[in-house]
Amino acid sequence: MPMSSRTISPEIQYADLSQQGDTAQLGMWVFITTETLFFGTLIFTYYIYRILYSHEFDVAARDAVLWCGSANIGILITSSLTMVLAINAAADGRRRAMIWWLIATAALGMCFLGIKGYEYNLDYNDKVVPVANFEMKPGEAPAGELFWVFYWVGTGLHAIHLTIGVGLVLYMLLWRIRRGEITPDYYAPLEVVGLYWSFVDTVWLFLFPSIYLVGRS
Amino acid sequence: MTTIAIDLPRNYATEENTIVSWLFTKDHKRIALLFFASITFFFFIGGFAATMIRLHLATPGGLLQPSVYNRMFTVHGVMMVWFFLIPSIPNTFGNFFLPMMIGAHDLAFPRVNLLSWYVFNLSGLVLLYALVMGGIDTGWTFYPPYSTQYASGYVFAAALAVFINGFSSIMTSLNFVVTTHRLRAPGMTWLRLPLFVWAMYSVSIVMLTATPVLAMDMFLLCVERFIGVGMFDPSRGGDPILWQHMFWFYSHPAVYIMILPAMGVVSELISCYARRPIFGYLGMVMALMAIAIISFFVWAHHMFVAGISIYSAVVFSLLSFFVAVPSAIKVFNWTVSLHKGSIVFDAPMLYALGFVLLFTIGGLTGLIVATLAVDVHVHDTYFVIAHFHYIMVGGTVSAFFGGLHYWWPKMTGRFYPESWARFAATLTFVGFNLTFFPQFILGYLGMPRRYYTYVPAWESWNLLSSAGASILAVAYALPLFYLGWSLLYGRRAGPNPWGATGLEWTTPSPPPTHNWELTPTVKLGPYSYNPEDGSYITQDGVKHAYV
Repeated sequence: MPMSSRTISPEIQYADLSQQGDTAQLGMWVFITTETLFFGTLIFTYYIYRILYSHEFDVAARDAVLWCGSANIGILITSSLTMVLAINAAADGRRRAMIWWLIATAALGMCFLGIKGYEYNLDYNDKVVPVANFEMKPGEAPAGELFWVFYWVGTGLHAIHLTIGVGLVLYMLLWRIRRGEITPDYYAPLEVVGLYWSFVDTVWLFLFPSIYLVGRS
Repeated sequence: MTTIAIDLPRNYATEENTIVSWLFTKDHKRIALLFFASITFFFFIGGFAATMIRLHLATPGGLLQPSVYNRMFTVHGVMMVWFFLIPSIPNTFGNFFLPMMIGAHDLAFPRVNLLSWYVFNLSGLVLLYALVMGGIDTGWTFYPPYSTQYASGYVFAAALAVFINGFSSIMTSLNFVVTTHRLRAPGMTWLRLPLFVWAMYSVSIVMLTATPVLAMDMFLLCVERFIGVGMFDPSRGGDPILWQHMFWFYSHPAVYIMILPAMGVVSELISCYARRPIFGYLGMVMALMAIAIISFFVWAHHMFVAGISIYSAVVFSLLSFFVAVPSAIKVFNWTVSLHKGSIVFDAPMLYALGFVLLFTIGGLTGLIVATLAVDVHVHDTYFVIAHFHYIMVGGTVSAFFGGLHYWWPKMTGRFYPESWARFAATLTFVGFNLTFFPQFILGYLGMPRRYYTYVPAWESWNLLSSAGASILAVAYALPLFYLGWSLLYGRRAGPNPWGATGLEWTTPSPPPTHNWELTPTVKLGPYSYNPEDGSYITQDGVKHAYV
């Protein structure tokens, strides 16, 4: 890729690029607030039922595939690191490093989704898909199914968010960076994607212990 | 088309006037007008349902089949709450005037703003699909287990529509919060913001924090209804009361989502038409923020008879009383702002005064239903219906029409016909009270809400209410005609026909595409009116005589 640089001018409502970038970041922070409440409601509801039916949920949770969840938390935390390194490289004008760190980030994200897909397959064979393929195991009734409802809703919504994140990173790589729109003077779009990426990572930091760890000992 | 544009100065509406230029516009003012079109459409669908309800209830025998009646009140609720009242003032006046009032050239994220309109219409289409296919009969509250297991209508589509609608709310309010933080013109400090901007800011905070909770709630309802799991089904471990908690955690603040913008509009109107600075500006700001915050701690007062613990009921009852404090501060300050003013009884002011009176009645009856012991008696009766219609219809819709008349010359460059408008404003007030005051009495006598029939002894009050509704319908339809007429034949308006102080009045009417050639500099706070001669100082520091 040739080293191209375009003059980027701010949109009409901004005085300069730094105001535009600053505003974009605030926008993402506000969006993350709403997302926190969205996932927060789910996790809160989950714990209400978990406390109400602690035994049933403990029994049901033993069928969650621990190694998949654990591998995935390692992968996601690493991907947040590579994302930040990409932003650092953008700020320093190290274009090649930025591109490689972003490729690494997207690859780790897809790796997470691959493992998650494999885990879903294991879950299906284990008959823990509510309604579609579900078998109530001894000691689970009546609320054990609810654990799996939360499992699918929580991890499913998280996977959708991560897929969007991978899409955003690819959009940065294939469109914004290729067109020379990310420069050391203006790399706010990349920072905004980075904020989103770390948020999705953080959601897993809460989902992982709630699903895989609580009550395992 | 070009020949028509010659006699008008170039403005946001005439510049490049093609269908495509409107559908792909990034101009906040055009998007505001697009929202006007959408919400007007939904308002008349919701209004049609209300008409059917009142026609049906005019006599105990009724007019509709019970199942049709149930569908009518559900449509009315869902349409009016999510498709008219919540977006009514923010997405139209907020979109149009928030950037202009703070001296910005546009909102922070114009594309997100346009996307919000498309998402809003998409959610409307999904809801219309649910209605056309056979409707829903759950009431706007979608309580399980009825909604998830027994209701026969298109609950999934309707709940999905509400879910999608939330994205639009979030996009618009996110835009408002970020714009207010980052795009204020030089000199526009926080305490120089007009109260309308503060109202938009506080309502946006509530929308941002409440909507995601409803989104998750609706999402889980959709999952239960569509797939058939037992999230809220007691026989499979679920808890239907949990739905109610999550629903009201959104839907009680939603009441304030509807009223806070109206309070902002009324503050602008009262100070302008009384030619007086608003009394206690800082108190008004703090009251707005206090209402926004307290709104999150009162939700369970909707559930006093749903089997919640008596201790939490007592706490929620007490917390609900706290809302009255900032609300009373606002009413007192509006009243004192009128004192020794030189009041002009133009149509917007009539609407604003109507708002203050009706909001006061709605607010005081709110204290009655917040009282634990009394609520057990009036819960789910017409008393509650009357109470919240006084707030939402008497309050918010009056303020909406007040704002519509006040800003009409700015938006269109034309005056509306004043005497027709005064007539409509008066008619609204009369029709509204005739419709809803009898419902207080009916509710107190024990008539339950959502029943499709009633005992014959209540017929006269119901007939009175239905008669009032027909007057109200005329009052709401009238502006459609005379405002439409004024678009073509109305007298041309100057930049500042009312002599108001906000920055939005310092541009030509209608404003040019990016509002200002140069970003204005703000010299002083809002509402610098002198009641003695009516003179005023606009926020850019220019003193004007009152004509």
